[in-house]
Amino acid sequence: MEFKRPTALLDACTHYCGGCGHGIVHRLVAEVIDELGIRQRTIGTAPVGCAVLLYDYFNCDIIECAHGRPPAVATGMKRVLPDRIIFTYQGDGDLAAIGTSETIHAANRGENITTIFINNAIYGMTGGQMAPTTMIGQRTTTTQDGRDITSEGPPIKVCELLSSLDGVAYLQRVAVSTAKDVIKAKKAIKKAFVNQIEGRGYSLVEVLSMCPTDWKLTPKQAVDFVNNEMKKVFPLGVYKDKK
Amino acid sequence: MSSQGKILLKGNEVMSEAAIQAGCRFFAGYPITPQNEVPEYMSKRMPQVGGTFIQAESEIAAINMIFGASAAGARCMTSSSSPGISLKQEGISYIAAAQLPCVIANMQRGGPGLGNIRASQADYFQAVKGGGHGDYRLIVFAPSTLPELYKLTMNAFDYADYYRNPVMILGDGILGQMAEPVEILPYEPIVELPEKDFVLDGCKGRKPRVLKTLFLRPSMALVRHNDLLQASYKKITAELKLHEETETDDAELVIAAYGITARIAKGAVKIARQNGMKVGLIRPITLWPFPDEPFKRAARTADRFLVVEMSGGQFIEDVKLASECKKPVEFLGSGGGWYPTPDNIFEKIQTIYETEALVD
Ligand SMILES: Cc1ncc(C[n+]2csc(CCOP(=O)(O)OP(=O)(O)O)c2C)c(N)n1
Ligand code: SF4
Repeated sequence: MEFKRPTALLDACTHYCGGCGHGIVHRLVAEVIDELGIRQRTIGTAPVGCAVLLYDYFNCDIIECAHGRPPAVATGMKRVLPDRIIFTYQGDGDLAAIGTSETIHAANRGENITTIFINNAIYGMTGGQMAPTTMIGQRTTTTQDGRDITSEGPPIKVCELLSSLDGVAYLQRVAVSTAKDVIKAKKAIKKAFVNQIEGRGYSLVEVLSMCPTDWKLTPKQAVDFVNNEMKKVFPLGVYKDKK
Repeated sequence: MSSQGKILLKGNEVMSEAAIQAGCRFFAGYPITPQNEVPEYMSKRMPQVGGTFIQAESEIAAINMIFGASAAGARCMTSSSSPGISLKQEGISYIAAAQLPCVIANMQRGGPGLGNIRASQADYFQAVKGGGHGDYRLIVFAPSTLPELYKLTMNAFDYADYYRNPVMILGDGILGQMAEPVEILPYEPIVELPEKDFVLDGCKGRKPRVLKTLFLRPSMALVRHNDLLQASYKKITAELKLHEETETDDAELVIAAYGITARIAKGAVKIARQNGMKVGLIRPITLWPFPDEPFKRAARTADRFLVVEMSGGQFIEDVKLASECKKPVEFLGSGGGWYPTPDNIFEKIQTIYETEALVD
């Protein structure tokens, strides 16, 4: 097999840190867009977060949104252009803190969009503050002694939370920390796009993703952190698959 | 084209129907008094014309749906009242920064805070001076009757497209709630509408497009973008100032008022004239760009201005600026649900005449 750059990715060097999960997920999304032949009718939304420069990497139309608002922006676009493919790509601060309301309501309306949710348990872009998905005991720049359940509460589990909404079509949590995980992640992402093409409604793939820089770990340690710590708190699997 | 005759509608419905006639096919909003008739009307009308109505989960979501709908090429609108407009400010700043056309209506109510649900003009600064972050401008229309609300709402969509700039209809609870017979005139564009070459609809047959408001590199990119915005604001300022004058030619005292207050003030001008007092009225129709020339002119010919507004004094600042403080500016106004009657205003005029001894 020849290993080429997907057409849906631009020939650019990303700004992501070494060992960051964002680059892997970008590639998976691009491969899926290529395989489904939808690049020329796909519009992506860029979040505020480390992936804000999405438009420098994806070879399709992109709209950059305010922090947390991609589900609302995507709703507006999809309702106007129902035959186009709209995806949001959001971090945990974007999707599960400032944008919680937009996420829950777009999901509950069953908006026919695809959401790629990067859970790296931290705020990457702003330098490592606590995220809604930061785990108990995890040290961040705003929880320097570790997240304390009594004052910060436990991490929000997005797939579990959204699974109670009848409007949601598909929820799966995957990882990109082993080769096997990457293959599974791609399958899930593909299904989330196919669902949209087939008009099934809101599909979200949560990806446990490495942030070695703000975790203050080496890339290898970061992979181990996902495999040994995150997967325990955020079990992988399908949380919803509406027939 | 023939009109569909006059029908009795509430202001909020008049505005909604005008939007539908002008080809608005996407509306998102969140209930708040005194503009609830807008989402209610749109929820019924949009499906009839093949458009989309969404009752959003918040005003923040609504304005961001507008951001998306506009980027996708639709004529689109959201409406709210004061507290809800505050929530929309983040989105308005992004929409202005991305130079996306849309129409935003504010049927103002009493503030600050939750205030009350009575009419108000206390969001003048928010509408005209910014509201959200950054150097941006909204085109602001201030209709004073329902036929004018109908016409300006239609025009708002044209100007939004023409200048690629959000337009705000700054109304108030009275304008939204009152009913008046209005002729449902067919829509005719008033400017030549440019091609929407910014629309994101998939990159078939063209290069991918990006709509963004982040300008990091090169280091002067944001300065350049801001210069572009300022150039557009300059063009709008040069082309779009609208106002109406009533009996200002020989006026000693010129009232300045906008929106519903100006309509009331017209009654006061009539009473004053019947009493032999030379009183006139300047009514800005656009609040931004502000029509300063009529005030400059009046500052040469009249002795005094009287600003009437339903706030503690916001619009008065622009009247002073426009008239370059050349003549004294009196004030009649209050916030939180106070509104003037023609008699109130006439009393104020009498007081001014008695104490200031206006002479030719
Ligand atoms: C309204 C608003 N509040 C705060 C910020 C600052 N900010 C930028 S990115 C970010 C958090 C990003 O974290 P996440 O969504 O988890 O994405 P990541 O960077 O980890 O990929 C914050 C708080 C902002 N840009 N806008
Ligand atoms: S800070 Fe973290 S999430 Fe952001 S690019 Fe670096 S590794 Fe990736």
